[in-house]
Amino acid sequence: MDTEEKTLVEILEENNLIDLAKYINYVSASQAGAIATFSGTTRDTFEGKTVVELRYEAYVPMAIRQIKSICSSARSSWDIHSIAVAHRLGAVPVGETSVFIAVSAVHRTDALDACKFLIDELKASVPIWKKEVYSNGEVWKENSEFMERKMELGNTNGSCCRRNLKLETRGTKGCCGAKVKVADGVAEEISTIDAGTENNLKEFNTITL
Amino acid sequence: MVEVKAENTDGEPVGREGSSVSIKVLFFARARDITGLTDIQLEVSSGSTTSDCLNKLIARFPSLEEIRGCIVLALNEEYTTEAAIVKEKDELAIIPPISGG
Repeated sequence: MDTEEKTLVEILEENNLIDLAKYINYVSASQAGAIATFSGTTRDTFEGKTVVELRYEAYVPMAIRQIKSICSSARSSWDIHSIAVAHRLGAVPVGETSVFIAVSAVHRTDALDACKFLIDELKASVPIWKKEVYSNGEVWKENSEFMERKMELGNTNGSCCRRNLKLETRGTKGCCGAKVKVADGVAEEISTIDAGTENNLKEFNTITL
Repeated sequence: MVEVKAENTDGEPVGREGSSVSIKVLFFARARDITGLTDIQLEVSSGSTTSDCLNKLIARFPSLEEIRGCIVLALNEEYTTEAAIVKEKDELAIIPPISGG
């Protein structure tokens, strides 16, 4: 019997770990021969600084709406079965997963390509923010994908995403200047672009059933 | 000046010229750090654009000028332009550069 196509989007409140198996099970289907997943985890350094943790916040109703829109976009571009996207809020210590995406499809090319698209688009347009906390300060991060996309965001009239966009992530300056601000004795660097998105990602897993 | 009570086709009164609208403004991330608030009610004149709202917010919180160049705006949970006109009870979000994932 065919399993129905499904989409699950969850924004998890603080201190809730992402249960990867739950989402993999969610997208599993007897007719889907491939499940592609992406897991984003907090890494321990950024530009030589030791990262203590990342702290996430979100405009939750809009984030959910935007992620669902991205999923629709993916469905129109690839032949996929089910999708699950989960994002944590609050503190995510080094090594833990902050975002998880699972996509199932009959064939692996659709699953893999759609999975990549989903994380790329999430980073470009979903209203979630992270603060990188070091031992001696903290800074709001800025995704280079967003900086590339932001001029278009208000002008897309509902069709949110572009497919197969090759993004130039090198050399993008932080907006509003990269100023260092000293507040209460803690040096705070404003507008740090997270240009090394490739490095920020953990493995891009594929499970083929 | 003669005041005319206008009604739309549903028989509900529409706003008279010169009236104001009240919207909710949400501040996130750096915008919240700057204003110290998560949200406020903002009253603007009827027919104001999101840009007009932003100007009024910057007048009230001058430090928002620092991030004006890099924020985007969302109206009722959808990205919008500075030319969009706000209505009564709209929700306007000030969205600094995002960093999900």
